[in-house]
Amino acid sequence: MRLTSVAGLLALAALAGLGGCGKPQLSDAEKKTIASLALNTLPSLKPDTTNQYGDAPAAAALGSTLFFDGGISRDGTVSCSTCHKIDRQFQDDLPQAVGVGHTNRRTMPLAGVARNPWFFWDGRRDSLWAQALTPLENPLEQAGNRAAFAHYIKKRFGERYERIFGPLPDLSTVPANASPLGTDAEKAAWNAMPAGEQDDVNRVYANIGKAIAAFERSIEPQQTRFDRFAIDLATGAKAEGDAAFSPEEILGLKLFIGKANCVTCHNGPRFTDNSFHNTGVPPVDGLPPDRGRVDAVAQVEADPFNCLGKFRDGDESACRELRFMVKDGPQIVRAYKTPSLRGAASRPPYMHAGQFATLDEVVAHYSKAPLAAEGVSEVHPLDLSDRERAALVAFLKTLSD
Amino acid sequence: MASIWRYILAGLGLAALLAGIVAAVYLTLPQSASGPDISRTKKTANGLFVASFEPERGVVRQGELQSWLLTLKTAAGAPVEGAAITVSGGMPQHDHGLPTSPQATDYLGDGRYRIDGIKFTMSGWWQLRFAISAGAGSGVVVFNIVL
Ligand code: HEC
Ligand code: HEC
Repeated sequence: MRLTSVAGLLALAALAGLGGCGKPQLSDAEKKTIASLALNTLPSLKPDTTNQYGDAPAAAALGSTLFFDGGISRDGTVSCSTCHKIDRQFQDDLPQAVGVGHTNRRTMPLAGVARNPWFFWDGRRDSLWAQALTPLENPLEQAGNRAAFAHYIKKRFGERYERIFGPLPDLSTVPANASPLGTDAEKAAWNAMPAGEQDDVNRVYANIGKAIAAFERSIEPQQTRFDRFAIDLATGAKAEGDAAFSPEEILGLKLFIGKANCVTCHNGPRFTDNSFHNTGVPPVDGLPPDRGRVDAVAQVEADPFNCLGKFRDGDESACRELRFMVKDGPQIVRAYKTPSLRGAASRPPYMHAGQFATLDEVVAHYSKAPLAAEGVSEVHPLDLSDRERAALVAFLKTLSD
Repeated sequence: MASIWRYILAGLGLAALLAGIVAAVYLTLPQSASGPDISRTKKTANGLFVASFEPERGVVRQGELQSWLLTLKTAAGAPVEGAAITVSGGMPQHDHGLPTSPQATDYLGDGRYRIDGIKFTMSGWWQLRFAISAGAGSGVVVFNIVL
């Protein structure tokens, strides 16, 4: 009896040597990857040369007013903040957003949004200011039209506008409602306008986007438990209080950056590679067909407010993302932008149309890696155990606390 | 009898300890170094051109659009002018292509071409393949970049 316990003790010692007293050890390579995910490696926000008002406080102040102003919609009730709620990480907890109508995609949270090269789940806009113009005229979101917005700005915010952007154009002959994207009547009214007048209205419209973008530049991600853990790990300090990770959280972190391959796409301090991938997330029954990035290419190229268009400030050297984008090929079919995972645990549901209600469902999806409905999924089955799946979820939660 | 068991059990325990140590050392060692050929100067497959490929600003940064310089010489060492270059590539271990479509944007003289729009969105093994066609003929060269 005593002899077996001696051997048992030795075997236990061996296990302890392997497992680091029950806590998995982190290798130098793992430590390096962890450091690359920490918020303190986020570089300071670069100026957006395509928006000369991007860092002007007066523009950001006007942008903030407009962001929360229901007046800037067809029925006077929907603002950006209807869906991008300031106390909910600038999203709305719904599987698909609801504005004037029911949309087909989930509202995206906005922390760190100014660092994106592409906007929307499919990247169909290439700047923060061009993005802002899309919901304003989308019939399911704010459902307005640019002629009405120009009149509204003049009436409500004329002075503030002119202090930032210079004199407003003469709008006396501009119809009350007109837009190249609106109803048939609005389109007809737009087409009847002289080119110079269209240009004037487009310029005011672009400036609305630039003011809103200036405001959105201030929305940045916050430090989390994970970041405190990563800083302690990098400096060799003993993690104290909530910066200490449980063995389960460490296991989840190791899986995230190791065997589960999450970090191949969710990398850098924002946990995104800013790129587009087909991950086999199933379409939602009853919604119109959604092919992701492959259909966005033509849209961003045709957008008169894109980087190569005439409403850009600064020079064309800012337009390299657009110039060098991948335009076709199987890899962009049903490909969506890799979302940041910061704050994700506290804002279900998940994916571009809210397909998954919980993080457990998300991780189960990655573990199973079903074939894509169209195109080819880049993720492969991981066959994670229950314990591993729970550990991944526990780790993801450290990005929210 | 009892003493034999004692030795066998102690031996087993020691073996387990040893296995543990070996495994721990193995797990913490950097992964084996025998990766792909990452030389920055190579001949095209048919030996017609010698190509060198370097980041224009010296460093490779993950996640940033970068320009690189592709320098083309004939096997005899003369700069290759007026070459038409197409770029493709991807990550062989992930079965996916490049996240951007890089292009030869400028000729800088002396056989040097600027290849702009390169972006490495993740760490790992990337390949860039250049199809080159010039007065002297055409050729293909593949560079491996590991980051
Ligand atoms: C009806 C709800 C709704 C309204 C109103 C709305 N959005 Fe959104 N927003 C969404 C949805 C849904 C998406 C994703 C849409 C898609 O991918 O097609 C989105 C995406 C975005 C993105 C892209 C984020 C990223 O990471 O790519 C930004 C920025 C944004 N909205 C800002 C705004 C601004 C500014 C306004 C007001 C001018 C606004 N939104 C109005 C629902 C809304
Ligand atoms: C091939 C790239 C890739 C890999 C690998 C990957 N993801 Fe994702 N992830 C994405 C993309 C793209 C989406 C959005 C997909 C969609 O909406 O259709 C996403 C969405 C998510 C979301 C939902 C976030 C939100 O706001 O909706 C979570 C959570 C997530 N991934 C976690 C993980 C975890 C955990 C792993 C590893 C098991 C992982 N991802 C591996 C690309 C990837």
